[in-house]
Amino acid sequence: MSLTLDDVKRIAILARIEVSESEAQAYLAQLSSIFGLVEEMQAVDTRGIEPMAHAQDVVLRLREDAVSEADRRDAYQAVAPQVEAGLYLVPKVIE
Amino acid sequence: MQWEVVIGLETHAQLNTVSKIFSGAATAYGAEPNTQACAVDLALPGVLPVFNRAAAEKAVRFGLAVGARINRKSVFERKNYFYPDLPKGYQTTQLELPIVAEGGTLRIQVPSTGSGQSYEKDIRITRAHMEEDAGKSLHEDFHGMTGIDLNRAGTPLIEIVTEPDMRSSAEAVAYAKALHSLVRWIGICDGNMQEGSFRCDANVSVRVKGTDKLGTRCEIKNLNSFKFLEKAIEYEIRRQIELIEDGGRVVQETRLYDPDRDETRSMRSKEEANDYRYFPDPDLLPLVVSDAYIENVRGTLPELPQAKRERFISEYSLPAYDAGVLTSARELADYFEATAKALGGEAKLAANWIMGDLSAALNKEGKDIVDSPISSVRLAGLLKRILDNTISGKIAKEVFAAMWNGEGEADTVIEAKGLKQVSDSGAIEKIIDEIIAANPGQVAEYRSGKDKLFGFFVGQAMKASKGKANPAQLNEILKQKLAG
Repeated sequence: MSLTLDDVKRIAILARIEVSESEAQAYLAQLSSIFGLVEEMQAVDTRGIEPMAHAQDVVLRLREDAVSEADRRDAYQAVAPQVEAGLYLVPKVIE
Repeated sequence: MQWEVVIGLETHAQLNTVSKIFSGAATAYGAEPNTQACAVDLALPGVLPVFNRAAAEKAVRFGLAVGARINRKSVFERKNYFYPDLPKGYQTTQLELPIVAEGGTLRIQVPSTGSGQSYEKDIRITRAHMEEDAGKSLHEDFHGMTGIDLNRAGTPLIEIVTEPDMRSSAEAVAYAKALHSLVRWIGICDGNMQEGSFRCDANVSVRVKGTDKLGTRCEIKNLNSFKFLEKAIEYEIRRQIELIEDGGRVVQETRLYDPDRDETRSMRSKEEANDYRYFPDPDLLPLVVSDAYIENVRGTLPELPQAKRERFISEYSLPAYDAGVLTSARELADYFEATAKALGGEAKLAANWIMGDLSAALNKEGKDIVDSPISSVRLAGLLKRILDNTISGKIAKEVFAAMWNGEGEADTVIEAKGLKQVSDSGAIEKIIDEIIAANPGQVAEYRSGKDKLFGFFVGQAMKASKGKANPAQLNEILKQKLAG
């Protein structure tokens, strides 16, 4: 599997990262070498081995269903760029 | 050309936990904006999710209630997209290994158009997975900006996905209603559609009847009422058929229903929006549930609507329709059963009164069955007085109204208002004699063959007795007397 320059640009758009043409070229080389490593790993025969969803073979910790967080809106909103009527304001989004 | 409609539904039901799925913030509806959005919900740097065990239990309850296989190991994944009401930049959800796997079904009762009959159908449930809800965007004018309320962010949801098994908007609505009833029945969701606790996305396509291949589908998002669900699907079916018949082609896309215009329209297609780049969330480990846990949850399930419906038919000899109505909500079913038990037989009479006068009175005042001013025991007390001929069905309605207004139980009302049925034949004869004497013209006409006048005499006699004469006795005595 080889990556193209267009793939790199598309990934950048999806991740909302602005990249210049020269940066895209540099990332292409770096990402391709990572993909090379992935290909090497994919060549390993993993038949009969259950895929893991996490690097550690442990299971999820569960907590009781109880409210433990107090309202700290004022503290959180003190560092927000713009707030009004308790809302965080962001540049207009239209569906 | 004959068209066949194919519909699959995806339903988001909010799980009624008190705290969020990955944080200890409250989930109560209607709080001041952002007062229930904690550091985890805001995705402040360095925070980590801790999973709420009640969300898993409620999801497992659902899976067991529809007879689905439960995945002993399920995995949370990140669905990546950017939107301001999703501060993390991804929604935590389940993709490859959802908690509720295949095998579930939901039986629905679909009213046939016009005939007053209904038919049954099993809708297959593909899967159900847990995920977090997003916040809310308020697009009113904040100086050209959008306001964000993150109170809802992180509220646990279960998304229930069906196979494309429905063939009409009526079937889709019947499924949505059955599912709505079930999630409330098993106590996992409050079902409040106005507040967004239960909302449907409909996948709709059409194909030429007789073909197997599915047509291209459109997804209509966020339908939060049964009426909108029906209308949106109806509109979408017409749109697709007209498009194809005019030589066009359906484009796979997401559409929104506009209730004001009664039409669906294409959502601005977000740039490559469907590339969500899912991957297992490294902050969350696999959720593992044991066989013992599953059996434990199974043991806490109440008798389910379908089983109860069938039992009402066999145990109380109710018609299928009555059994269906009475099992539409657990509280209603409980009320019926308590009334029938207190009455000790004649369950059909109890069903008639609950579905008729009681439901009408509750509807009129916007009350729920649990808030009924007349308890099941008291209703049974009233029905007993009909059965033992103390009062007629007509007088019973008067007693019912008085009981509704808090004037006490049936016997108290009957006593206080002197409504006891007159079954003393001497008293009834006396009334009839007076009426015969007062209406010689009608008597003569009747005797010369004008049978229809019998009703006139019944009316007069009932009026004279203030509705209290035993109707059967009255008829009999009247017939004898008029015969001369």
